[in-house]
Amino acid sequence: MSPHVRRQERLAKGVIWMAAVSVMATLVFIILYILSRGLPVISWSFLTEIPRSMGRLGGISSTIVGSLAVTVVAIVIAVPFGIGTAIYLAEYTRESFITKIIRFSAESLAGIPSIVFGLFGFIFFVIFLNLGWSILSGGLTLAFMILPTVIRTSEEAIRGVPYILREVSYSLGANKWQTVSRVVLPSAMRGIVNGVLLSIGRCVAETAAVMLTAGSTLRMPDSLFAPARTMAVHFYILAREGISLENAYGTAALLILVIFAINVGANILLDRFMTKGR
Amino acid sequence: MKKTLAEVVTEKTFLVLALSAISALVLITVFIFVQGGPFITTQGLGGFVFGMSWAPSQGEYGIFPMIVGTVCVALGAALIGVPIGICCSIFLAEFAPPLLKNIFRPAIQLLAGIPSVVYGFWGLLFVVPFIRHYLGGPGLSILAGSIILAIMILPTVVSISEVSLIALPRTYKEGALALGLTHWQTIYSVLLPAAKSGIVAAIVLGIGRAIGETMAVIMVLGNSVALPESILDPVRTLTTNIGIEMGYAAGEHREALFATGIILFLIIMTINALAQYITRRR
Repeated sequence: MSPHVRRQERLAKGVIWMAAVSVMATLVFIILYILSRGLPVISWSFLTEIPRSMGRLGGISSTIVGSLAVTVVAIVIAVPFGIGTAIYLAEYTRESFITKIIRFSAESLAGIPSIVFGLFGFIFFVIFLNLGWSILSGGLTLAFMILPTVIRTSEEAIRGVPYILREVSYSLGANKWQTVSRVVLPSAMRGIVNGVLLSIGRCVAETAAVMLTAGSTLRMPDSLFAPARTMAVHFYILAREGISLENAYGTAALLILVIFAINVGANILLDRFMTKGR
Repeated sequence: MKKTLAEVVTEKTFLVLALSAISALVLITVFIFVQGGPFITTQGLGGFVFGMSWAPSQGEYGIFPMIVGTVCVALGAALIGVPIGICCSIFLAEFAPPLLKNIFRPAIQLLAGIPSVVYGFWGLLFVVPFIRHYLGGPGLSILAGSIILAIMILPTVVSISEVSLIALPRTYKEGALALGLTHWQTIYSVLLPAAKSGIVAAIVLGIGRAIGETMAVIMVLGNSVALPESILDPVRTLTTNIGIEMGYAAGEHREALFATGIILFLIIMTINALAQYITRRR
């Protein structure tokens, strides 16, 4: 190896390692930056008290409930449709014109900016269906948004189930639906749950789409038709309008903790899923 | 084997569920276009897209500065984020020891999960003052937005490029090494060209994400509607225009924001179609 080649080799390797290290460092820096300022703010009363004077005082309890509520609505709607679509694509059909359109639609949905989902949710759920700014409008909008994620992760999980399991099931006299529901789905369950967890994370993190559809009241929501402010929207308003930097940090820290927990959970599941599949 | 009635019913049920994605896309398209389309036809597409002035109170709706802003910020994000992202994907596919790989991959996923408002907030408190102090200008700028977006598109760029690198047959690498190429020469002259379509798709999708992002850039771009003269100038993007004004807009103003949404939608759909075309062609 000539010295020139050796130098090039070392340089390239150095640059690539540096890129990886700097990305890790940036991630750690951002997280520590927020957590170091936000964790001290989080206390029992911060979590359980209703925000007062626009969020300057009090806690963030109503926004936690808001986040939870829109997420539950989104998951309850999107998961059956998403898994159903995945089952259809993976088990009930060959590649055809219709699967191409389904796939194209799902991939296109995945690329649509959240603000456009927000516009749509506003005009369709809030105005056209007359649901008003409400948990229902917000949750349904989020359901549209996470649908492609649920479809893709579920389909991958279902396709990952070894074909031999299906053959054994058929050979025992099971029909298609029995095979899908008792053999394929249970084996793919970890992968599917992983996708659902990631979708929950997206719902909790989403701001633009929810802001335009769920409203931003700080009152504790008492029904699905009541407006609500989510943690992410609350954080945005606190930070942007300079209402309370301290409570903004606290809310951001809680958001990061939730996302972190969801990601860790998803990864543990996926690890088990991978080792089990092999 | 003849299908029983129950079998047929379950199959049709799944077909109906599977139509959800199509109906969702159709619904979104129809409602956005119905709401914003008439505005574009009465104002004229040219006047709307190439109009230089955005002053809803005076009935002036031109989004050209925002289109320029969107393009600048997205390109800036790509210029910073793509090289770093591709390096990271090479790192994951070729260099990282298993232990680091198991830390790095979830870390990238976590990067994708962090709420975009958090990035914007961090940008506002850290990146913006940094730029103001060391480079001048208001700090709220194309550069600040590009840096934040570069971080945010990393997960997209890294994961898709990595997948396309890993998917290459082992023989490519073995053959190149057997011919006496060094590891880097193999990567540079064999693996990267072979994975080109996947990497290009990753870049295109990354740019799509950058164009579509709202909440992060709303906080760091400054949001003024004017043609930027340098990367240290504030701009407004199509997404932030909607994000800022939708809260209080009514009547014609609201229709103009939906029309902005249509332009954004068309740009994104073009980019998506491009990315899908690139990946399918393989």
